[in-house]
Amino acid sequence: MTAALSIQGLNKSFAGVRAITDLSFEVPKGVTTALIGPNGAGKTTVFNLVSGVYGVDAGTITANGVDITHMPSRKRISTGIARSFQNIRLMSHLTVLENMLVGQHVRNTSLRALLTPYRLFPNHRWKVEARAALAESGLEEWANETVGALPYGVRKRIDLVRATLAGASVLMLDEPAAGLNPSETNALRDHLKALMAKGITLLVVEHDMHFVDSICENVVVLNFGEKIAEGPLSQVRQNAKVREAYIGAEEV
Amino acid sequence: MSGYLTGVLVVLAFNVMAAYAVYLPLAAGQLNLGIAGFMAIGAYASAFLTNEYAWPMWAAIPVGAGLAGLTGLLIGIPVLRTHGIYLAMATFALGQVISALFLNLEVVGGAAGYPVSDYVGPNGVFLAAAAVVVLMLYLSRTRFALYLTAVKSDPTVADLLGVSVRGIQVAAFALGAAVAGFGGAFYAHHYNFVEAQHFNVLLSVFTVLYVLFGGTQTVWGPLVGAAFFTLAPELLRASDQWRYALFAVFIIVFMAIRPQGLVTTSLLRFARRKPAAESSEAA
Repeated sequence: MTAALSIQGLNKSFAGVRAITDLSFEVPKGVTTALIGPNGAGKTTVFNLVSGVYGVDAGTITANGVDITHMPSRKRISTGIARSFQNIRLMSHLTVLENMLVGQHVRNTSLRALLTPYRLFPNHRWKVEARAALAESGLEEWANETVGALPYGVRKRIDLVRATLAGASVLMLDEPAAGLNPSETNALRDHLKALMAKGITLLVVEHDMHFVDSICENVVVLNFGEKIAEGPLSQVRQNAKVREAYIGAEEV
Repeated sequence: MSGYLTGVLVVLAFNVMAAYAVYLPLAAGQLNLGIAGFMAIGAYASAFLTNEYAWPMWAAIPVGAGLAGLTGLLIGIPVLRTHGIYLAMATFALGQVISALFLNLEVVGGAAGYPVSDYVGPNGVFLAAAAVVVLMLYLSRTRFALYLTAVKSDPTVADLLGVSVRGIQVAAFALGAAVAGFGGAFYAHHYNFVEAQHFNVLLSVFTVLYVLFGGTQTVWGPLVGAAFFTLAPELLRASDQWRYALFAVFIIVFMAIRPQGLVTTSLLRFARRKPAAESSEAA
């Protein structure tokens, strides 16, 4: 069976500083995986390399069996891999519903879709679908609000829902639980479990180890851009290198 | 309608068309400071085809608009690689080059100007402006307009969601150029005379000012901006030469207080909620 995401021999330097060194790991289909490590370990860089924000120096990235290493960033989402952002990146001039519609783009790329005057129809199928996705996360009351003014926790969930609307089978989530209060974190966990039940594979960067423990089967630990451990969290916790990397940073 | 009023409204119609030509790329975050150049292409092309080849206007005007759009497309592809102030400078220079080209082109009269044989009356001009407004309203209801804002708001995320950022920007630039050419062609046939000096920097800059004043957040902004800039100086006529000074002071104060322009999304939403709270989804 092909892996949802496969990274082999990945290298990336920024102005001579090595950010990622010979990184290899796989995310099998349906296995929720966490990418953890101290601040500056290169976790977000991995996401940026996979989504194509940066080009790789060496190595290959394969999503659902398709080599996306040198694919233009905008085409990668059509291979079924989508992402969210650590510093929530919603289009602040658009409403929540409109952000959802942009999220649907990859499934509606024809010229006809581009020029359909959907706004003339209050119940156009795109809007109905977007509202349903928002309702599933209890966000429908915000649908017509402009994103800019919304509370942090709400924007965070909107970012997640938008990523799911691309219809991707692999979702990369960059610190989904950061900055959420306990009840919001529980709601997020339920949401992610629902996505997993739909067969969506998750790759999560997260600092909250209780959260990681509650949803992730496999953990990849990065330090200074290198993989120092991989396996179930309970096992990784015992690893001497991991303990060393985290001393003084946070409890594992 | 008095001759004076008709004259003012015709100017308004031309200003509205020009404003939408600037609005389209600006809605995607691209400032085109050379819009007068594209108007010149439409004007001269349509005038030339009717004068020299006896083309009917209904064929010559769309071809003029098409040529302006094609020029926008061909130039937009390399020029839109630049951003911000560099794009503004590049389009500014472009407008100047096009204007200078016509100034030195003897087949269309050069510096002496170019008389145009076929005439379009005021109603034809109004109809053309109305057609442009209807097209813009239509586009504002589509994903195309949604992507314009998305690309302006966060090009990186738009790209990662699969939207062709360059495609949208080039399309908006070229479509804007075509609209400018369309307006320019009507200009040629209404005034029956074109001269390169008319399509100068001031025309480009004023048009950008209409759009910024009206606001780029909604499709109504350019219409309101163009209407204000055309009609307000006329209404201030009583104060004679001081009107320009008064007007300038007003613009400075206004842009300081409301840099997002007159018509904004939140303003429209507020206006819509008041009369019909239940149908707020309508637009």
